[in-house]
Amino acid sequence: MVQMLKEIFEYRDLAWMLTLRDLRVRYKQAAMGFLWAVFMPIVAVCAGILIKQAMAVVSHQSLNIRGIMSISVRVLPWTFFISSIRFSVQALVGNTSLITKIYFPRAILVLSSILACLFDFAIGSGVLVVLLTIFNVGLSLTLLWLPLLLLLLVLFTTGLGLILSCANLFYRDVKYIVEVILMYGIFFTPVFYDANTFGRLKPFMLLNPIGSILEGINQVVVIHLAPDKFWTTYAALISVSIFILGMSIFHKNEHLFAENI
Amino acid sequence: MKYAIEFHEVWKKFKKGEKLNSLRDTIPHFFRKRDPGTILEDKEFWALKDVSFNIERGGVVGIMGPNGAGKSTLLKLLSKIMNPNKGWLKINGRLAALIEVTAGFHPELTGRENVYLNGAIMGMRKREIDGKFDAIVEFSGVKEFIDTPVKKYSSGMYSRLGFSVAAHMDPDILLIDEILSVGDAAFQAKCANKIRELLNSGATILLISHQLNMIQSLCKRIILLQKGKMVADGHIDDVLPLYQNIIYKNSEDEIKRRMTNLNDQVKIDTSPLVDIVQVTFSNTVNIRKEKFTVGDPIAINVEYHAKEKIDDPLFTMEIIRADGVLCCFSRTDQCGIRVGSMEGKGNVTIIMDKLVLAPGIYMVKLSIWDRNMIHPYVVHSKNVLRIEMTGGLNQSKAVFLPDIKWELSN
Repeated sequence: MVQMLKEIFEYRDLAWMLTLRDLRVRYKQAAMGFLWAVFMPIVAVCAGILIKQAMAVVSHQSLNIRGIMSISVRVLPWTFFISSIRFSVQALVGNTSLITKIYFPRAILVLSSILACLFDFAIGSGVLVVLLTIFNVGLSLTLLWLPLLLLLLVLFTTGLGLILSCANLFYRDVKYIVEVILMYGIFFTPVFYDANTFGRLKPFMLLNPIGSILEGINQVVVIHLAPDKFWTTYAALISVSIFILGMSIFHKNEHLFAENI
Repeated sequence: MKYAIEFHEVWKKFKKGEKLNSLRDTIPHFFRKRDPGTILEDKEFWALKDVSFNIERGGVVGIMGPNGAGKSTLLKLLSKIMNPNKGWLKINGRLAALIEVTAGFHPELTGRENVYLNGAIMGMRKREIDGKFDAIVEFSGVKEFIDTPVKKYSSGMYSRLGFSVAAHMDPDILLIDEILSVGDAAFQAKCANKIRELLNSGATILLISHQLNMIQSLCKRIILLQKGKMVADGHIDDVLPLYQNIIYKNSEDEIKRRMTNLNDQVKIDTSPLVDIVQVTFSNTVNIRKEKFTVGDPIAINVEYHAKEKIDDPLFTMEIIRADGVLCCFSRTDQCGIRVGSMEGKGNVTIIMDKLVLAPGIYMVKLSIWDRNMIHPYVVHSKNVLRIEMTGGLNQSKAVFLPDIKWELSN
């Protein structure tokens, strides 16, 4: 594993080039260019607000600014997660010609597609920071938790991306299964609502590490409280082990890619 | 580390047909006890069988073999795209493969972006590419279009740019697979120069090519593969005749098959007045022969059957090389022979005292024409003449190998 990381590090320029390629290709020949990176999360946030508003109307509660902010803060990492998974599932299969013809650490392909999503995430976050400032959500020391939570999110996403990309290479069924899970995943993840809404069922929402991470992010950014110790530790454990598992599964199967793709 | 490349008893197998791709088939497969992959299972075949060789630093080695010999598999193993099923290989040094040089290109990106991307895929650092960028673009000759998306390039520009990137890697070990079919003659010359430059810089080069003259001019040592097995490994003069003979044998079979098919399909005339019953080759002592070597005497015996009386027919004989070049032509009247009238069965013999054609596969075409050469009664082209290579003769580029003497006088 150390060796694998070392090799990936040696090819870091390639990761960067492939990320650039993904981004360029994604926004080339689109009239709005990379404005889409800004626009897409806004659309997602609006959808969230709409749903929240509907829920508020039904339950006769008023929708406050804090609620809207809370949705925006959760939607962005969630979008990052699902788009990363979507792209990394295709990362190997979509680069058949590279895999069958040239040697380089294949994990780079997955990593760079996640990096490209991370770029979109960063753009979206920039927009979000502006919004948060306008609506005066405020700053506090709890924000120091944020980098850790984001790191967990990236580790978990990467690990899962590696496993799924690898699985999809051998069995194309995986792509469909992932698509279905991502589609319904939003209902089982506290994105458009608080985990607290579920009362006794709350732990089930948080068993999904993405859920715990999103809750944590909301906690530190909007509510200005330290994240829940237990669930954060839980998410950290899961994320790190998924990452390690992903790396080792990927590494073990890497040499079979060219023949089985 | 004396060797740049070490291959030790390498075996590699592939599977024919579709592999299992659905979960239903795989789950039982998964639980079956698996051997380490040394036994052939259903539909599997060995692409490489027990191949061992070492290449010292700075060596230039050609890999030859007919199609399906396992050459590309060997390169894929070397470039670490695949792992062998059995045995091991070791590579000491930075390796670059001039195989599929455009595989990393993305059509939407510009030439400049693709140079960087492709360079990185081949293992160059960004700084390195920065330094070589101008040289790469200069070499490729697409300078004008470097900021145009490569989807708008012609296929020649495309592969030239790809080759340029790969050629500027400064590798310790270079793998080349039929690369010089890129670009026009001028660019090919440039490529050959570049390869020579690398060669002089002490790089180890492994070359796969069917272009004999390129192999001849670059390599001293040849590894010959056939059907996954290593047939020979040695000096070019010893191995080349073996290779030629394998190739000729293969193409002869191929041509024979094609010609029988052709004759089944096309009948020139349903009931020709004359028919060529049989054509046989023999040496002058009338002993039938199929294989000839350069310098042999040959007699071509034509057995015909004329159903009606024909006056003054003309016989022609053409010897055509496998690639379509007409090498010899002869016509009875030009040789001062009048056949007169013929009816019933008969024989015509064409004699050449010395076969001076270069080794290769030839088609012998015999026709019988009416006296004015307006239409042929019959064309017979089923016969393949095979001239084999004998050791030491390497002049395969020439059409003819007549006896040539050199004399020096002061």
